[in-house]
Amino acid sequence: MRFILPLAGLAALAVMPMWLSEYGLGLMIGLVTYVTLASAWALFSGHTRYISLATAAFYGTGAYVVAVLNEVLPYPLVLLSAAGVGLAMALVVGLSTLRLAGIYFVIFTFGLAELVRQLITWYEVNVTGTLGRYIFLDVTARGIYWQMLALGAATIALTAWVHRSRLGLALRVVGDDEVVAAHSGIPLARTKLVAFALSATILTVAGAIASPRYVYVEPAIVFNPTVSFLTVIMALLGGANRLWGPVLGAAPLFLVFEYLSVHFPDTYPIFLGLLFIAVVFLLPDGVLAGIEKLRARRREARS
Amino acid sequence: MDKFTRRRSLCAMALAAVALTAQPALADGETVKIGYAVSLTGPNATGAGITTIPNYKLWVKDVNDAGGLEMPDGSKRMIEVIEYDDRSSNQDLVRAIERLASQDKVDLILPPWSTGANLAIAPLMDRFGYPQLAVTAVTDKAPEFAGRWKRSFWMLGGGHDYAKGLVEVLTAAREAGKINDKVAVVSVADGFGIDLINGARPAFEEAGFDLVYDKSYPLGTSDFAAMMSEAQNSEADSFVAFSYPPDSFGMTKTAISMGYNPAVFYVGVGGAFPIYPGITEGKSDGVMSIGGVDVNGPGIKDYFAHHAEVTGNPPDSWASAITYASLQMLEQAVKRVGLDHAALAEELSTGSFDTLIGTVKLEDNQLRDLWWVGQWQDGVFKGVNPSDKPGASAPTIPKPEW
Repeated sequence: MRFILPLAGLAALAVMPMWLSEYGLGLMIGLVTYVTLASAWALFSGHTRYISLATAAFYGTGAYVVAVLNEVLPYPLVLLSAAGVGLAMALVVGLSTLRLAGIYFVIFTFGLAELVRQLITWYEVNVTGTLGRYIFLDVTARGIYWQMLALGAATIALTAWVHRSRLGLALRVVGDDEVVAAHSGIPLARTKLVAFALSATILTVAGAIASPRYVYVEPAIVFNPTVSFLTVIMALLGGANRLWGPVLGAAPLFLVFEYLSVHFPDTYPIFLGLLFIAVVFLLPDGVLAGIEKLRARRREARS
Repeated sequence: MDKFTRRRSLCAMALAAVALTAQPALADGETVKIGYAVSLTGPNATGAGITTIPNYKLWVKDVNDAGGLEMPDGSKRMIEVIEYDDRSSNQDLVRAIERLASQDKVDLILPPWSTGANLAIAPLMDRFGYPQLAVTAVTDKAPEFAGRWKRSFWMLGGGHDYAKGLVEVLTAAREAGKINDKVAVVSVADGFGIDLINGARPAFEEAGFDLVYDKSYPLGTSDFAAMMSEAQNSEADSFVAFSYPPDSFGMTKTAISMGYNPAVFYVGVGGAFPIYPGITEGKSDGVMSIGGVDVNGPGIKDYFAHHAEVTGNPPDSWASAITYASLQMLEQAVKRVGLDHAALAEELSTGSFDTLIGTVKLEDNQLRDLWWVGQWQDGVFKGVNPSDKPGASAPTIPKPEW
């Protein structure tokens, strides 16, 4: 019974392109992309409470892998390579940084996108002598939508599974108190690393899937820090440590941003900033937690 | 007395939002809907704000002041603009174009600013069938793109063209004995700088120049003192920077403050901006850069004055005039064949148009009749290369001291 509703929802989403205009489809691609990003982000950060701003680093890397390989390898292999590169990068980054805690981790992950961007730029300038690559793939908007939808569904399924597994339990303990976790015999490094790598791989593949819509790829274009910030705020709004939290945060926020940028193009960034502040101050634990609190209060009032 | 409850103020705000967005209804068939998505915010906003947006606004105002866009049957229809912000993100840009085409069903779409943005929308524009007059896109692959997307038009040349033009200017000066054969060149490590330096290196070598100093610097560099003094000590008579606006300004200021006076001082993007003479405190004469205009051309003088009057700022001397010219082409093509996209694309591709930069006829969907090198002379940025282009000024070399 628990599976029927999500599966029916997924099926409905999968057949939606039949009735959508090009713009509607583009909107759905953006929406599903952010749902995937926010869910993947929450997979690691939701329980451990390590705020990662590295989303753009992995997302951009995925796009870049496609740009480099799209004329050499068949498409499925390109996606696999992207996953491989994302995983390798996550392992290197994870091993070297997951000892950092709190604000230091946040700052490092923010710098990571810039680091990757500069590395690629340096390489392209000094080794290949070009900057800016082209992606000419025959992937239609529908194709991108279905792939992204599949990835998003897989991410949520994976999150559901992790929540129930020993890994999820371990992550929760790590998030509550690392010292206690270490003392109760949880292998801190391995636990964090596995979750970080899973999350990063999904982010990278998401970037790879979305990239054919760019056509032209340049480090400055794909390593866009806004992606990192939006992902965090979406996940936090919904509630990062709940299965459906990131979905509930990403979907409405994405639509609100789209509405604002269409109708208030000049003042849009101000609304964005106000919204960020509102989320942090009014709903620090997310909408889902907020609703529960409200219900609890009502129950109290009634009794 | 009622209290201001949270719910009530929210309601009020929602109502206000609805009221603000509701636009006066316009009768169908009376207007031509023209849409564009440009960077109003984000890193691309500066470039779009100088070159693209003012010219779009100016043109729409000019057309509407004259009674509207003229159709083949002589009737005139007012232009209704739909403007979106792409937030300097290609993802948002692509969505905005989809919205313009399938939701708003606009009659025409004007292109965004920057090479990357124009490439990002090219496949979409092709699929929806809209002609795309890519003005602010500099790419050596223009011939390939014009072949791939039949209704795309590329109007600002490629990096190699600009590099080759500069080498021609320097070769002529060397042959006249005005400069030695040593060149110091710096380039920004970003798309545009790389394209130019890759075109310039072989061209300089072929012309017998010696690149005694050749450095690239990362995007966002703000201290150029070390680089400039190395260039100064390199015995080169020519200093060439393939730079972006902030760097162009920074290097100019550094050169002035350290008294670096090479015979040729060339900066990249930004050198043709109207604020450049202000950066040099009025000592811009002799500085070379990309672009240029024929100051004696029939339309240019009026255009500069008109642009300054309507938008509050003078245009830049590189892509601004070409942007406005591309809109004039569109206007004349609509007058000849109407709004049918296939006919419009065909007319743009084959017709010739009377614009402020002279008569324009595209070659293989590209504008090739461009200024590659310009120079500030008497406070005006004049085109100097190609030297055989009508209206070309002779370059002043050596440059007067700062």
